[in-house]
Amino acid sequence: MLKIFIRSFVSSLVLLFTLTVAAVSKDVKAAFVYIGPTGDHGWTYQHDVGRKAVEAAGFKTTYVEGVPESADAERVLRQLANSGHDVIFTTSFGYMNPTNKVAKEFPNVKFEHATGYKREHPNVATYAARFYEGRAILGTIAGSMTKSNVIGYVASFPIPEVIRGINSFTLAAQKVNPNIKTKIVWAFTWYDPGKEAEAAKALIDQGADVIAQHTDSTAIVQIAEKAGVYAFGQASDMDKFAPKAVLTSVENNWGPYYVERVKAVANGTWSQKDTWHGIGDGMVVISDLDSAIPSNLKKKVKKLQSDLASGKVHAFTGPIYDQKGNLMVAEGKTADDGMLAGMMTYVKGVEGDIPK
Amino acid sequence: MEEKLIKITKRDQPSKAIFFLTPVLAIFLTLVAGGLIFYVLGFKPFEALKFFFIVPIADMYGFSELLLKATPLCLIAIGLSFCFKSNNWNIGAEGQLTFGAIVSGGVALLFYEQEGFYILPIVILAGAIGGMLYASIPAILKTYFNTNEILVSLMLVYVSKLILDYLVVGPWSNPEGFNFPETRQFSDSARLPLLFEGLRIHAGIFLALAAVVMSWFVFYKTYLGFQMKVSGFSLKTAKYAGYKGKKMIILVFLISGACAGLAGVGEITGPIGQLHREVSPDYGFTAIIVAFLGRLHPVGIIFASLVVAITYLGAETAQIFMQIPKYTGQVFQGMILFFLLASDYLLFFKFKFIGSKK
Repeated sequence: MLKIFIRSFVSSLVLLFTLTVAAVSKDVKAAFVYIGPTGDHGWTYQHDVGRKAVEAAGFKTTYVEGVPESADAERVLRQLANSGHDVIFTTSFGYMNPTNKVAKEFPNVKFEHATGYKREHPNVATYAARFYEGRAILGTIAGSMTKSNVIGYVASFPIPEVIRGINSFTLAAQKVNPNIKTKIVWAFTWYDPGKEAEAAKALIDQGADVIAQHTDSTAIVQIAEKAGVYAFGQASDMDKFAPKAVLTSVENNWGPYYVERVKAVANGTWSQKDTWHGIGDGMVVISDLDSAIPSNLKKKVKKLQSDLASGKVHAFTGPIYDQKGNLMVAEGKTADDGMLAGMMTYVKGVEGDIPK
Repeated sequence: MEEKLIKITKRDQPSKAIFFLTPVLAIFLTLVAGGLIFYVLGFKPFEALKFFFIVPIADMYGFSELLLKATPLCLIAIGLSFCFKSNNWNIGAEGQLTFGAIVSGGVALLFYEQEGFYILPIVILAGAIGGMLYASIPAILKTYFNTNEILVSLMLVYVSKLILDYLVVGPWSNPEGFNFPETRQFSDSARLPLLFEGLRIHAGIFLALAAVVMSWFVFYKTYLGFQMKVSGFSLKTAKYAGYKGKKMIILVFLISGACAGLAGVGEITGPIGQLHREVSPDYGFTAIIVAFLGRLHPVGIIFASLVVAITYLGAETAQIFMQIPKYTGQVFQGMILFFLLASDYLLFFKFKFIGSKK
């Protein structure tokens, strides 16, 4: 009798346990904090696409858009942490200090900060994408498609992320066309259609016939379409905004990472880490190649794409020289992540100086 | 067909009761219109309004955040009321705030990793001086070169943001910060003390309250206040009375700039603790709404700053709990101003039913 009682007690305990586990994993709620509107068709838009992937995986999500990096960020984070969210993705660099501050107060909530470097508490992880791999692809296309050998590049802020992109782009373009020059205009904004359009016009006036961008709006590709020059989409597939001008886009694909991390929270296997994924892990995606690209170039691009994905080719393979001709990476070597993370010098072939 | 006739006549003098009632009416109309908008968007209007205006301040923490948000708005609006009362249209408080933050932030960085009781007063003073210097530009250009202060002060907002961009990207950026656009964190001695453990509300609120008292005293107890009032009603009268207009213009701009600069100090030495590109989410512009909603009266401005502050908090809560787009907060701010201007019609005109016509 006792034996039966114990057995049924244990089995009901096991049942209860499995039920709770199942209930917990379904109950996990993820929150996303966005710097811009979800309709920007750039940075925030792509994060929201990632959020929808989390929803599709069966989890509840919440988001707050247009959160300024001022004193307000901290309040929004605290409110999300306080209202039953188990993991919070903060998707802009400027949320770094508020994220770490609020993380300290809520040790049971996981925080995932995009593009930052501070992980002051065990419940803070950071993640970013190796966009420079995508830019190596764009550089290859730009170097082959330019006739004027002048390539324009609208940049946002002189930080390593952006410098790295310019360098990767220029190195790849030089490989297919040693005569190219990359002209940079600093827009000092991530998202300002007016300023971005001005920058693109200035570059076209200086003879650029291919324009790349490291800002988020669709203004640049639209200007390129009007001026009859080529351009590349940023963050999302911008082909529909400028079907003739856009040769391809580098898409930010956060969905797989978000789903993986939310699942890890649900399973209790989440741990702090610093993620830096590229084409190989699917965080950086190259959109369809435009029909204006000749088929042999298309083949070359596809080959480079698979080589970058497999790690056979690294975007920063020596010899790489800076503007003054000093050796940055020796022949046969590749730049390590430390060098990439702090990259603040232009490679040879980029015109102008980094604003100081 | 019966038609009611209403006669609209101009009032000889704006009614004092209506003067202070119209802001309340404007807020009421905003709530009604807001509820209507929520309804049209497919949300339950009363629930949405509850999440917008009640839930955010339902606990101690929420209330402290309301005060934190209202502090810069109140401070700037008090300063602006000096300008607006005397017919000086300072639209550039955002620039004065930014420049004040730059100067005080620069001083705070000079004292990096130093401790001492004297640091904070210097940092605060630097912010007030920075705001005053920046406000003096449109004031001097107006008095001596007859420029339009609206344009000059507005344009200078963008200049100040570019200066801040330059500094945080370049010379003042954190040497250990991988060239991201932000400075180092200020030392504790350069930070405004917190009032309660665990809440973000800081001593800056006393600066705002001091400004309220000071403005009440100046407006209603001093000759300067009287001069400002007369200039506000009629510049010609002021001139005829022999008031030294130039001096007053510069003075009100300086007061306004000092208040905006102090608001900047409050943000960077309070909750933020460093300089970066986004010191203020356009407090300088929102404070214009606050000043008018508060009828340029010190006590009115306190209430108005609380009302406008809650539209920020409410927008966040409504998005978190009801997935209402956060930008509705700005719609609410716009509606308040719109209804206020519309109901001002009642100030100057009165309605009279004069029977009906068959």
